[in-house]
Amino acid sequence: VPKKCQKAREHFGTVRTQMESLKTKFHEHWRFVLQRLVFLAAFVVYLESETLVTREAVAEILGIEADRERGFHLDIEDYLSGVLTLASELARLAVNSVTAGDYSRPLRISTFINELDSGFRLLNLKNDSLRKRYDGLKYDVKKIEEVVYDLSIRGLNKEAVVGA
Amino acid sequence: GSGGFRKRKHDNFPHGQRREEKENVNPSSALMTSFKSFQLELDTRHDKYERLVKLSRDITIESKRTIFLLHRFISAPNGEEILNESEVKLDAVRWKIKQVAQELIGEDMYQFHRAISPGLQEYVEAVSFQYFIKTRSLISVEEINKQLIFTAEDREETTNMTSNSHDKQPHTWSLKVTPVDYLLGVADLTGELMRLCISSVGNGDIDTPFELSQFLRQIYDGFTFIGNTGPYEVSKKLYTLKQSLAKVENACYTLKVRGSEIPKHMLADVFSTKTELIDQEEGLP
Repeated sequence: VPKKCQKAREHFGTVRTQMESLKTKFHEHWRFVLQRLVFLAAFVVYLESETLVTREAVAEILGIEADRERGFHLDIEDYLSGVLTLASELARLAVNSVTAGDYSRPLRISTFINELDSGFRLLNLKNDSLRKRYDGLKYDVKKIEEVVYDLSIRGLNKEAVVGA
Repeated sequence: GSGGFRKRKHDNFPHGQRREEKENVNPSSALMTSFKSFQLELDTRHDKYERLVKLSRDITIESKRTIFLLHRFISAPNGEEILNESEVKLDAVRWKIKQVAQELIGEDMYQFHRAISPGLQEYVEAVSFQYFIKTRSLISVEEINKQLIFTAEDREETTNMTSNSHDKQPHTWSLKVTPVDYLLGVADLTGELMRLCISSVGNGDIDTPFELSQFLRQIYDGFTFIGNTGPYEVSKKLYTLKQSLAKVENACYTLKVRGSEIPKHMLADVFSTKTELIDQEEGLP
């Protein structure tokens, strides 16, 4: 019996050392930061080119692998979460553009957001955190539409089109 | 103010304009194209997750049945037969685990871990139970994983694999039970050992309870070392483990104190009420 005791203890020793290197916890910790970084990259790219940054481009900007690899990689769900955060920020930008007197930007944002919304409609999402965040997209779309509407009934968008 | 303005907006909001804008989205723009591929990627991933969940459920059921079978070992005259049958059952479970491993080739284990974890824990419980019955010791996680190394043996399998894949498919692949799943499986094992203890007393076996008591105490000591540094699930199991250990220790105490007073054939009665209570607690039918 004492021999068996020893063996059992040894096994737990091995288990303990292996626990230290658990990667699963590590991944969860970094998720939020990663999504935030995706959003920032997407935002910068939008301001530069008014297009949606591709997944590969984001990976390059952040210096990580775009595809599945052990450890750090840009997961599709993290990419999409970051993109949805971009949508919220663009809704805000649309509002502030008007305040600053830029009446054409909201129109362009509106086109972009509508395309983004159409894109997301193609996805079959499960009831997870990505889905919840996607549910917020329609409020961003609505907000931007209201801005465009406000401009159009005042004739301000016509001014913008002429000016552009 | 904007409040009053909003009321009017609801009546006059140009819904026609909104629809028009949406129809203007080019379905083959770069963005739409990439989202179409996202759709495919997400669907594929979800499908795989579901397949793994199904496999995990099968693994759980078959492992549980193996455990029930092994419980009969104590009271059965044909112990050898039962052990052999249990090996057959566990081989069937390992066949399922092989399929799990195949699904996971080239995938990030973490994403799908939640799908298969319950099944693997149940398997650990079953295989460690069998191992204990055979050797009176605790199987190591390395030993478990050694049995989960698979090779493509049939020629049929290999040709299927190479025709379906673009990359070179490995001819051996394995599944590694994580330390966490191992610990949780072992924690569940203690519950089965507790039941084993009670039932062995019912059979007039007064040695097994004491052996079990010592064994369980070692496992318990191991767990307390990890204490609260592990994941939440481990702490929860630790609590149940403490209760199992207490039950076994009480059984030993009762045997010790009253064993000499009670004729062997009546020992079963002493523990029958206890077993009923325990079964009620565990929520068994």
